Amino acid sequence: MNTQVRIQANNVSFTYEDAPSPALSQVEFEVREGEFIAVLGHNGSGKSTLAKLLNALYLPTEGRILVCGFDTGKEENIWEVRRRAGMIFQNPDNQIVATVVKEDVAFGLENLGVPTEEMYPRVESALSAVQMNRYADSAPHLLSGGQKQRVAVAGILAMEPSVIIADEATAMLDPSGRREVLETVRSLNRNKGITVVWITHFMEEAAQADRILVVSDGKIVVSGTPREVFEDIDRIRDLHLDVPRMTALAAELRKEGMPLREGILTVEEMAEEVERLCPLKSAT
Amino acid sequence: MLTNLTMGQYYPVDSLVHRLDPRIKLVLTLAFIVSVFLVNSLPGYLLIVGFIFLAARKARVPFRLLLKSIRPLRMILIFTFVLNLFFTAGDQVLLEFWVIRITSESLRQAVFYSLRLVFLVLGTSLLTLTTSPVALSDGLELLLGPLKKIRFPAHELAMMMTIALRFIPTLLDETDRIMKAQMARGADFESGNLIARARAMVPLLVPLFVSAFRRAGDLAMAMESRCYHGGEGRTRFRVLKITRMDWNACLTVVLLIVLIILERTFVPASFPF
Repeated sequence: MNTQVRIQANNVSFTYEDAPSPALSQVEFEVREGEFIAVLGHNGSGKSTLAKLLNALYLPTEGRILVCGFDTGKEENIWEVRRRAGMIFQNPDNQIVATVVKEDVAFGLENLGVPTEEMYPRVESALSAVQMNRYADSAPHLLSGGQKQRVAVAGILAMEPSVIIADEATAMLDPSGRREVLETVRSLNRNKGITVVWITHFMEEAAQADRILVVSDGKIVVSGTPREVFEDIDRIRDLHLDVPRMTALAAELRKEGMPLREGILTVEEMAEEVERLCPLKSAT
Repeated sequence: MLTNLTMGQYYPVDSLVHRLDPRIKLVLTLAFIVSVFLVNSLPGYLLIVGFIFLAARKARVPFRLLLKSIRPLRMILIFTFVLNLFFTAGDQVLLEFWVIRITSESLRQAVFYSLRLVFLVLGTSLLTLTTSPVALSDGLELLLGPLKKIRFPAHELAMMMTIALRFIPTLLDETDRIMKAQMARGADFESGNLIARARAMVPLLVPLFVSAFRRAGDLAMAMESRCYHGGEGRTRFRVLKITRMDWNACLTVVLLIVLIILERTFVPASFPF
């Protein structure tokens, strides 16, 4: 086997204290090295709970989660798990600790007890990987939302993780900030082979993933490639989720009798398909 | 405006005093306070004034800015002066009418006590004007470090200070936002008497507190997920180094104290004033 399993969830259930029903029940999945996985779900579906379980912030009530081979349920593994699976949270303001960008990036390293002289190059390369090195000496509150999230990514990157978990990291950003953060994380996924678990409720973001897990009422109800998942439009709508706009448009057009192919996700694919069906005649 | 508030009193210029190690500056400020209490004659006070003047020059802090730091203290100063003037016993009466009796001893005491207060404030202001809050909390953490043995939470205090500094601008922004939102709904923060205005603050403070608590919860989780587990086994990104300049500053303060002690021993206390 040449691709390692990074995250393995075996029959995981989680119930909040005093909650009548479990937030997650019997979840089972696997994430392999270098994969970009999107976890989709509407509010209260349990997707955030899932993120916190992957980082040992919550421990499964039942079942077991292995992160890079470490069982999150074992006390002695907590720091190993958190170092290997870094987490970005939703609110950009509430995850920056220090008053200067570079010091915030160093926060995780300080916690791990990395020697000071080793910190400087690691902070620098983490900041340049997210293209924030120009802001190394800035005060975080003067940055835009997208920039703050990139600083948060750098803070995790400095710890040299194998997995990045983004818990709705783009939910509070404007469209350009959203693109900026997703692009940053995708390039880390492609260029550094960092495995990504991208939790979101934006379909357009999920459409860019290698694989999608759809969570509803604490269960994984659909999983597969974006094409497979969005194929069954009615099912996705039943789960109170949207399909990407182009997929919906293609379905409408097919209903009207246009023989578009299945599995169109992006504007580019749609344009290509339309072009194929009705080629533009040259003017002469 | 918001950035100014974060930095508190800090006067950001590059100077000899700004570059001193915060630990040294803290210790020297303490030594200075002690030396102010050692002084009890005019020549001694002249020494202190000279030292403050020199330090302010080296720190490139405008003297006017330094003097401004006394303003919030003016009521206490007047109180101290008047109290000492009227209620110190003495023989050489300068002025006497009704129940008031001013003697030369009481005048002397009143002036000196007030001067002491002024110098205390000037000395500590010089520290806060030349040391950023972050450096200050760093210095405090390291100085109080040895007290960890008796379970004094030095690291936790410094961390709390850093987080407070980090969140002041964020919460100010939020206050501004909530205020505008409430004003758009007809809230009035400006008119009415004191009680009415205090009551008007309730719809501002409640959401602010709720959000501060939510932020605290979020931040705690983010810190934990980045492996924060207290001060134990933690290394530091910012390293403090004691340089030659620091030793020179120490020597200057030692010199000041020696001069003051010499002055106390050899100049008679009854010297003109």
